[in-house]
Amino acid sequence: MLQYIIKRLGSMAVTLLVIITLTFFLMHSIPGSPFNEERATSEAVQKNLESYYHLDEPLYVQYFLYLKSVATFDFGPSIKKSSQTVNEMLGRGFPVSFELGMVTLIVAIFSGILLGIIAALRHNGIIDYLAMTIAVVGISVPNFVLATLLIQQLAVTWGLLPPATWASPKHMILPTLALATGPMAIIARLTRASMMEVLTQDYIRTAKAKGLSPVKIVFKHALKNALLPVVTILGSLAASILTGTFVIEKIFAIPGMGKYFVESINQRDYPVIMGTTIFYSTMLIVMLFLVDLAYGILDPRIKLHKKEGK
Amino acid sequence: MEKVLEVKDLHVSFKTYGGEVKAVRGVTFDLHKGETLAIVGESGCGKSVTSQSIMRLIPEPPGKFDGGSIIFKGKDLTKLRDQEMRKIRGSDISMIFQDPMTALNPTLMVGDQLTEGILQHMKVSREQAKKIAVEMLDLVGIPSPHIRLKQYPHQFSGGMRQRIVIAMALVCQPEVLIADEPTTALDVTIQAQILELFRDIQKKTGVSIILITHDLGVVAQVADRIAVMYAGKIVETGTRREIFYQPQHPYTKGLLNSVPRLDVDGADLVPIGGTPPDLFSPPVGCPFTARCPYAMEVCDRVYPEKTTLSDSHGVDCWLQDERAKKLLASR
Repeated sequence: MLQYIIKRLGSMAVTLLVIITLTFFLMHSIPGSPFNEERATSEAVQKNLESYYHLDEPLYVQYFLYLKSVATFDFGPSIKKSSQTVNEMLGRGFPVSFELGMVTLIVAIFSGILLGIIAALRHNGIIDYLAMTIAVVGISVPNFVLATLLIQQLAVTWGLLPPATWASPKHMILPTLALATGPMAIIARLTRASMMEVLTQDYIRTAKAKGLSPVKIVFKHALKNALLPVVTILGSLAASILTGTFVIEKIFAIPGMGKYFVESINQRDYPVIMGTTIFYSTMLIVMLFLVDLAYGILDPRIKLHKKEGK
Repeated sequence: MEKVLEVKDLHVSFKTYGGEVKAVRGVTFDLHKGETLAIVGESGCGKSVTSQSIMRLIPEPPGKFDGGSIIFKGKDLTKLRDQEMRKIRGSDISMIFQDPMTALNPTLMVGDQLTEGILQHMKVSREQAKKIAVEMLDLVGIPSPHIRLKQYPHQFSGGMRQRIVIAMALVCQPEVLIADEPTTALDVTIQAQILELFRDIQKKTGVSIILITHDLGVVAQVADRIAVMYAGKIVETGTRREIFYQPQHPYTKGLLNSVPRLDVDGADLVPIGGTPPDLFSPPVGCPFTARCPYAMEVCDRVYPEKTTLSDSHGVDCWLQDERAKKLLASR
């Protein structure tokens, strides 16, 4: 197990290096620079700025300089907001984004699985149709549309919840709802399908033949098996929630990382682009790693380390 | 002989897109204490449906109980509420299924799957349950049971898994054990071991066994009595000796003839021609008529009454009628 984790950490580092390299060169291949603005700057000032940020050096030198600073976890200063470093920006934005993402993920997973189980147990009944209708709507309505509808109804018309910003748990409800509905719907559909399949398996009949109660059969015998496909997509779902946060943060004026990410690209703020990209990639890679670990725990047949068993 | 279980005139059908399949059409049999009753017949004759009906494990829908009674300890199982039935399942009557590879939950430890039945039905602590599980694994011949309890089904071979399934069925010391083709999925050497195990356990615990199989070799080894099933009906019942040496129903004879023989040189394999009838619209008369070499006009029109040949031997066939004997003699 430990050997597997060490191996994975190694490959994660390589993946990250590839991402850094690709992003770095892609970013510099986009025309324009941080100092290309309508406001005219004198040539001398421009030269000075460029040399300060090492932009006058050849690209490969810049690349290695950047790698060197990343290795010490220093993502450099922001070019556009010269008083701040990228580290500071991430430090401020990350807790907010993380909170939103995690709450969303938890809400989506639990409500999705619950909805899926209920639908599977009552399949082709009214509850099933209701649950699956919600699921289809959840999948097909984009979260930014849902977000605006929610704000309009719950915040503006009924005045139940605050329409934007990030101050109290009450403020979290709308953005979480907008962000969680899509993933929840996907999880619900998947859980329903795999639950229905598992419930026809022979070992479920064996469990029934032992005289176990329906609750025990569903939660002890069926659920663990039914969740395997759900766990598989959790990695990519986490990714979609992460990227979904850009838009949702913008709509609800949430001071997370998404804002920095989008702005930095428009403004060619190279260090910020790199910093946020690295940060998001790291989170995603770690998430996928955790999913793989969870897989091994759920299904004993999956051996995470080789050279055992057959 | 004390009767443990009485099945009377059991009818079960299934709703399908093609119509209603009448899978079991009036099955009646008794199970005596400490005996092994074998129900034999070809695929699709209703053996498994009969056995699963006793446990009330037929999913409804599409399954449908159409009538009859199953008397166990003075109670009619068909009339019990689900909750009462759950108390009987696994504790008084338990069941072994055909395929040991799929009958165990792949994601739960074997020990867990063994003890949950004990904890469900007996008032014992977790520790005691574990002790019982270890004893049971020992009884079915699994070495070092303490270690094995913490393993998962995929770490066992097919024969070992069937032993675990058997142990699981026996943990609560049931009075009736229903074994639905317990050896079909196993290879021959393991089959012999498992059958040996059945005999052994019956001697030790006095459990009554209903053995469902299509393998007459298995029947010859372990059955005390045999019920031959065809197209949802039991067509002949008798002791092992009666069925093997004096089979009366043409279907029973056909079954026995279609067993490959190694002890007779150059013996031909004689299959029963034709296929079983369509149970969407089962025939009014004897369902075997179309395949029967002795078929008479009456066979197609009226189902024969049961003829009792001895205390244990009974057969549903028109050939037993006096008039039929005359007719055949004149042919």
